[in-house]
Amino acid sequence: MVFENLSTKLQDTLKRLRGKGKLTEKDVDVALREVRLALLEADVNFKVVKDFVKTVKERCLGAEVLESLTPGQQVIKIVNDELTKLMGESVAKLNQSSAPPTVIMMVGLQGSGKTTSAAKLSNLLKKKQHSPLLVAADIYRPAAIKQLQVLGEQLEVPVYQMGQQDPVQTAKAALEQAKRNRNDYVIIDTAGRLHIDEELMAELTRIEKAVNPDEILLVVDAMTGQDAVNVAQSFKEKLGLSGVVLTKLDGDTRGGAALSVRAVTGCPVKFAGLGEKTDAFEPFYPERMASRILGMGDVLTLIEKA
Amino acid sequence: MGIFSRIKEGLKKTRSGIMGRMEGLFARSSFDDEFYEELEEVLIGADVGVETTMQITDSLREKVREEKAREPQQVMDILKGLLLDILGRDVVPLELSEQKPTVILVLGVNGVGKTTTIGKLAHRYKNEGKKVLLAAGDTFRAAAIEQLEIWAGRAQSDIIKHQQGSDPSAVLFDGVTAAVSRGSDVVLCDTAGRLHNKANLMEELKKVRRVVEKALPGAPHEVLLVLDATTGQNALAQAKVFNEAAPITGVALTKLDGTAKGGIVIAIANELKVPVKMVGVGEGVEDLQPFDPIEYVDGLFTESHTGGQV
Ligand SMILES: Nc1nc2c(ncn2[C@@H]2O[C@H](COP(=O)(O)OP(=O)(O)OP(=O)(O)O)[C@@H](O)[C@H]2O)c(=O)[nH]1
Ligand SMILES: Nc1nc2c(ncn2[C@@H]2O[C@H](COP(=O)(O)OP(=O)(O)OP(=O)(O)O)[C@@H](O)[C@H]2O)c(=O)[nH]1
Ligand SMILES: [Mg+2]
Ligand SMILES: [Mg+2]
Repeated sequence: MVFENLSTKLQDTLKRLRGKGKLTEKDVDVALREVRLALLEADVNFKVVKDFVKTVKERCLGAEVLESLTPGQQVIKIVNDELTKLMGESVAKLNQSSAPPTVIMMVGLQGSGKTTSAAKLSNLLKKKQHSPLLVAADIYRPAAIKQLQVLGEQLEVPVYQMGQQDPVQTAKAALEQAKRNRNDYVIIDTAGRLHIDEELMAELTRIEKAVNPDEILLVVDAMTGQDAVNVAQSFKEKLGLSGVVLTKLDGDTRGGAALSVRAVTGCPVKFAGLGEKTDAFEPFYPERMASRILGMGDVLTLIEKA
Repeated sequence: MGIFSRIKEGLKKTRSGIMGRMEGLFARSSFDDEFYEELEEVLIGADVGVETTMQITDSLREKVREEKAREPQQVMDILKGLLLDILGRDVVPLELSEQKPTVILVLGVNGVGKTTTIGKLAHRYKNEGKKVLLAAGDTFRAAAIEQLEIWAGRAQSDIIKHQQGSDPSAVLFDGVTAAVSRGSDVVLCDTAGRLHNKANLMEELKKVRRVVEKALPGAPHEVLLVLDATTGQNALAQAKVFNEAAPITGVALTKLDGTAKGGIVIAIANELKVPVKMVGVGEGVEDLQPFDPIEYVDGLFTESHTGGQV
């Protein structure tokens, strides 16, 4: 389970606050120290953690706690509230163009899962009776086009490619073909690139300008560490990011990168990748994720008992 | 060229973050709580992890006190020393076996850079005048075989492959056997990416290892775990579990050309005593280097912003 360790940690800490009549600033500090450590161990970026803990502390020390009869309960609630707020409060839907096709661009670091996620997304759309077109715009990685073609074939989704030609031209031509063939979604798979690679980042900007995507999804590996903020920030600065795909959530990572990326981009996580197979893909449920962080079931019991 | 300063031609990049912070950190005149707090942030920000970071800063406090260190340079040297105590000071190369072929088995979770690292290694050995054979043991991922074929072409190496979906053990068995009969010097075995918490896939890996050994007693001579420098604390769990399934002889740390520092290797070295042997610094054939701990640690402390100027 993702976040399992984190939730156990937070619960252990917060349990100690249960049943206390009133909280002193010291109590809050002790609890929040544990929260801080747990979040850091979960790979949430240390600056994000700092802000988070500060917000929670302010709220804890505010009147609502001191006047509350059960402050322990209040702290738990505040941590949970803030975490939920940070993760985003409801499922974020895929943007849709009023004049089809809807154009979706997948971007991200090398190996994060763009190609796989592009295929998975096309599968999801196809199951909903849509007619997606996959576009192979990675001209660098060895056999990247072939990879997308194999996946497209498996899923019976058409794949547009122009070999190693300029990906901007490929994307443009693909859009034209989609219009001709009445594909209502166009999903562009781009090459993995470092956020500090100016040349390749500029290439993304050119593709964006050429096809004006309705959705630019940053694909992020759930195992990403502290660097997630740098990556997300750079992509956000250069592109009109609209959402995030969090991949490899079938691992046992605590996945704190989700919080970091969300905090720096403000973009909702829209999908979760849960395996290597093309059907291991789901809408991302932020409140479920936040609940998972804290082990919501138990938190609710805690609150009832407190 | 330093590990962190190896920059692809034409690739302009801006490094910010921990390097600049480190310099600022050691520019101060007193080593108070605030200093240690900031140092903690720098180490945690480099993915060293809370536990290892605390251990390092605790030892540093103690040593600074013992040695009555006051000068920034002194404190910095102590800190570097502590990190090198963990990482080791020597460059630990990939070992070639006395009798050929040397079999190198490459493992890791999905997308970390296994296949690319194999391609770069093949190129390296080829340049040393060795006869190299690649075995396409990833029979699962779409176009994994084609990807390795392209690398084999780049490195002018032989490749042994089966069809997608076939038994990976069988491919690697054939690969090693072919290498023996062809008189290859080095066999590089690719495997499919797998998350370490998937029991069935880890079982498959154990079998792969056994079969390689069966094909050539004493093989695999090296079991290289590939870790992505952008990975956070999960890399420690990866190292532990892979090490149980197929004892690893070294780590290859990839994607160090980004802004991530890969500090988790410090925690891994601390716990598992497995050396980092290679680092990946790009996507080209040349972008692989031996891991030099002193250079790595120096890089952690001395590199400043390149500000886009290469
Ligand atoms: N377990 C698991 N593996 C995944 C998931 N998503 C992708 N992968 C695997 O991660 C690896 C990399 O995926 P790709 O789709 O090739 O990643 P990419 O971002 O397109 O990579 P580049 O094009 O090289 O930048 C492959 O082995 C995928 O099978 C996921 O949700 N879970
Ligand atoms: N910037 C950079 N990219 C790298 C490096 N090593 C590998 N990559 C890229 O990372 C992506 C994934 O590399 P692969 O070699 O396919 O990774 P893998 O571990 O074999 O992936 P799977 O077989 O799908 O598990 C590719 O786009 C590579 O070009 C590196 O050192 N630096
Ligand atoms: Mg790809
Ligand atoms: Mg591979």
